Amino acid sequence: MNQPVFDVNSGFLYTLTVIVILFVLAQSVFFLLKASRRAKELGITGSVIRKTVASSALFTIAPAVAILLGVITLSQFLGLPFPWLRLSVLGALTYELPAATTTASAIGISTSQAVSSAADFAAIAWVMTLGIIPGIFLVLFGLKKIQGGLNNIRQRDTKWGNIMMDSLFMGMISAFTGLLFADIREGLSGYVPLVVALISAVIMGVCGILIKVCKIKWLEQYAMPISMLGAMAASIPVTALMGGAV
Amino acid sequence: MKRDYISSVHFYGRIWVATAIAMFLMVPMAVCLYYGVWPQWEHVLKGLLGVAPIFWTVGIIEVLTFSPMLGTGGTYLGFVTGNLTNLKVPAALNAMEAAKVKAGSEEGEVISTIAIATSSITTTLVIALGVLLLGYLQPVLQSPVLAPAFDNIMPALIGGLGVVYISKSPKIAVAPLVFMVALFLAVPSLAGSVGVLVPVGALICMGVSRILYKKGKL
Repeated sequence: MNQPVFDVNSGFLYTLTVIVILFVLAQSVFFLLKASRRAKELGITGSVIRKTVASSALFTIAPAVAILLGVITLSQFLGLPFPWLRLSVLGALTYELPAATTTASAIGISTSQAVSSAADFAAIAWVMTLGIIPGIFLVLFGLKKIQGGLNNIRQRDTKWGNIMMDSLFMGMISAFTGLLFADIREGLSGYVPLVVALISAVIMGVCGILIKVCKIKWLEQYAMPISMLGAMAASIPVTALMGGAV
Repeated sequence: MKRDYISSVHFYGRIWVATAIAMFLMVPMAVCLYYGVWPQWEHVLKGLLGVAPIFWTVGIIEVLTFSPMLGTGGTYLGFVTGNLTNLKVPAALNAMEAAKVKAGSEEGEVISTIAIATSSITTTLVIALGVLLLGYLQPVLQSPVLAPAFDNIMPALIGGLGVVYISKSPKIAVAPLVFMVALFLAVPSLAGSVGVLVPVGALICMGVSRILYKKGKL
């Protein structure tokens, strides 16, 4: 039997991608409806739910566009459908890119042109899939146990349970705050991430004042997206001012 | 927390996740079957050796660190849809903060799930729209003028989020912040391993919090 000719942008790969993306979309809608119904039973008003949806959607647009840029980056090598699939599920560009390039170098092919062999493409697809899978297995088999352990701690000492939760948040925030300082040895341009974060913090502070002092309540839901988008916009002139003066 | 909602989330969550795993594995398998080829397993092994030690570790650490923040439904969904640190976790934290609900409470659980589901749907739609309109969008998105904005998403996000959480608990924030800033100043190459450092920051914070808590200062 004749085998189909391999193409990184084949209709077959698009079909696979659309099936998986529709599945993920269905799962998201299922959990959205289930949580919204429970929220109403808990007395959370429809207005709070709507604001949560609107704010989360707005908050997501800019990072989602950045993910789309990742799809474009990988598409030169892997075609459009597979990076589209990979970056719509499971991983992130920080993982997918090294997984693809490491396998390409193991095979001995260049990442600057589209993969032409089905076997090479399959090797890359297997590595990108298997290289990130253990986390989701742990969710499948271990989440109930992890959540049970946490609930036990909370039930024994509610105050300590809350402090522990704040510590987890702070662990994440401190690691990413530290990351802002990673490039400052490069000179003035290395301070750009720090300045952008400070601008975001200042916008958030102003939003806080407007909410608390001027009683602009609607801003509560949108303060974070406004701070993020404002700081991203400001990063353009900031980079122009600081970027060239290394 | 009422048992039946959470039990039901676990029940359906496991079904969705198990099906998702099967579908994710089906993709490379389908490529092999459709084109009638199998990769050289030596290449797969070499590729895996390059990424698995770090990303398997990060994946497991992420479940342990993020699942308490995301809640049950948020975890089942967030780990299938991916992009956790750059999107789903901040979206959940922002939504819980804005709705004034606590992570770990049932109200926090549902708000976090709504935020993650909305974020997943929005991401899927934005990427799908972007792929459909790629010819028109690519020159704009890849223009050098906009590049700094997309390069600085994480700082723009962490600045706003940081000021909220640090101002809420300044006593417990100081030690992990000082440690991380000093660490990245001393070893900038750790930037690629920031995911592994999240639980390190959390452990430092928990240690300091425990001491302050025992002394009655929290």
